[in-house]
Amino acid sequence: MSAAISKHVLEATGVVAGYRPELPIIHDVTMYVNAGEIVTIIGPNGAGKSTFIRAIAGLLTVTSGKIMLDGNDITGVPAHLMAASGVGFVPQTDNVFTTLSIHENLVLGGITLPRAQADIRIAKIYERYSILKDRSREKAGVLSGGQRQVLAVARALLNQPRLILLDEPTAGLSPMASGELFTVVRDLAKDGAAVLMVEQNAKAALRISDRGYVLAEGQNRIGGPAKELLEDPEIGKIFLGVRREKTNDRQKMGES
Amino acid sequence: MFLQHVADGLLSGAVIGLGAIGLSFTMKILRFANFSHSELLTWGAYFGLIFFTIAASLGNVFDAPIGPLSFGWGMFVALIFSAVATSALALLLHKLVFEKLNRVAGHMTMVFASFGVALLLRHMVLLIFGPNPIYYSNELQFAVLLPGNVRVLPDQVFLLGLTIIVVFGLHLFMTRSRTGIAMRGVSENPDLSRVAGVNVSSIINWVWIIGASLASVAGVLYGLTVQLRPELGFGLILPLFAAAILGGAGSLYGAVIGGLIVGLSENLSVMIIPTTYKPAVPFLLILAILYFRPEGLFGERK
Repeated sequence: MSAAISKHVLEATGVVAGYRPELPIIHDVTMYVNAGEIVTIIGPNGAGKSTFIRAIAGLLTVTSGKIMLDGNDITGVPAHLMAASGVGFVPQTDNVFTTLSIHENLVLGGITLPRAQADIRIAKIYERYSILKDRSREKAGVLSGGQRQVLAVARALLNQPRLILLDEPTAGLSPMASGELFTVVRDLAKDGAAVLMVEQNAKAALRISDRGYVLAEGQNRIGGPAKELLEDPEIGKIFLGVRREKTNDRQKMGES
Repeated sequence: MFLQHVADGLLSGAVIGLGAIGLSFTMKILRFANFSHSELLTWGAYFGLIFFTIAASLGNVFDAPIGPLSFGWGMFVALIFSAVATSALALLLHKLVFEKLNRVAGHMTMVFASFGVALLLRHMVLLIFGPNPIYYSNELQFAVLLPGNVRVLPDQVFLLGLTIIVVFGLHLFMTRSRTGIAMRGVSENPDLSRVAGVNVSSIINWVWIIGASLASVAGVLYGLTVQLRPELGFGLILPLFAAAILGGAGSLYGAVIGGLIVGLSENLSVMIIPTTYKPAVPFLLILAILYFRPEGLFGERK
């Protein structure tokens, strides 16, 4: 890894990646995330949002482009070294070890740390998320969807990551659980972490974000402050469901 | 007679259970049925013979039988060194065959490759040690009479005791050590383990080491209580698979209990069917468990 001066925590430039090197899914994607910032990637299904985030996490091969973390080149670093490099990744599904206890999930999250240090950080996690402490000996599989997400985030936090990648964190959660999770995400950014999030619930995600990117057909289309993206009528029509809502409103008016 | 069959079933089940643990882990973590695993029992038994002979030649402490047992302290030396040598053999096979194939081929290719490896390993034993049965010790042992008119040899009591100690030790390793917890994590979700910071390649090496070590212990114990022959592992392949499938892939306790069930079923079956049909019992158990509970007794339902 070569160090260079960078003001961004994450700086991805011209990234081409996919599940098979000969079949790239994302093409020439460029974006950055600063410390304490929440950035959301939105876009239609199949746009390559999760692929991009998995490529940054080291789970997919990057065939071209560069990924820098705090000025260090982390392109091609294997996934198991990313945690120690300062990248925390929370996958969309299967993001906790359901057959392991909550405590064992956290032990695995701190596996790259010396044991004593990991124990101290797990104790801090228990202070922050008391639900995990109270149920530490229970299997993670018995937790609700929202509680699993909290555990998954907590596991990623054990390495005190500079960058946290969240792949559709509110998928399958109730509105209340989604709201609670967004509070957790906001707290992470307040603590200084850079948060890059992929979210289907685009409007809600953009509301808590500083900036956003629109990805379509594997390419960056638009990027900018989250507020501007929320107010952009074109984006509203295509990605935020404004047209559908208006249609629904008209239908309701007709019915009444 | 019934209790004698139960005792015999528990003894053979203990060996099967020990051998099946490694097979079960391989099935779950490496995601293929390794038909060469049973040959690691054979190699473990013969490695044990080599180290037992060397240790016995070092002095009376190692050679003289301990109490009613047929062997001296040399057997403990043999068990340890045999586990190390069998682990080295398993890692060599992993690096030369299975790791390379896993990158370019599917699981079925791995299964067929394991058939080839099994043939190679078995015939190497035949070539080096010959086809005749060999015994660790020619000491005569007298059976101990237990309540219920059950007779067991002191070596068989040692087998059962050692199995309990090994399984308990493995339980502690899997639940208390970070490597053990990581093994369980990789067995459930390799990708999530990677992003958590687990070096999956290193964990896979541990799977081979633990599986091979237990296979070698099982092989030595089988050789101690029955005899050593090149087909030792080949004869156990079906009971091993039955135990692993019965218990559920990846389950430590499942493999042990599966082994005990297979051992008991085989030995109790001779009370109602001719002895010649005894080898068919594991087949029936595999069929039954796959029909009623494909994930096994302790496996996770998907």
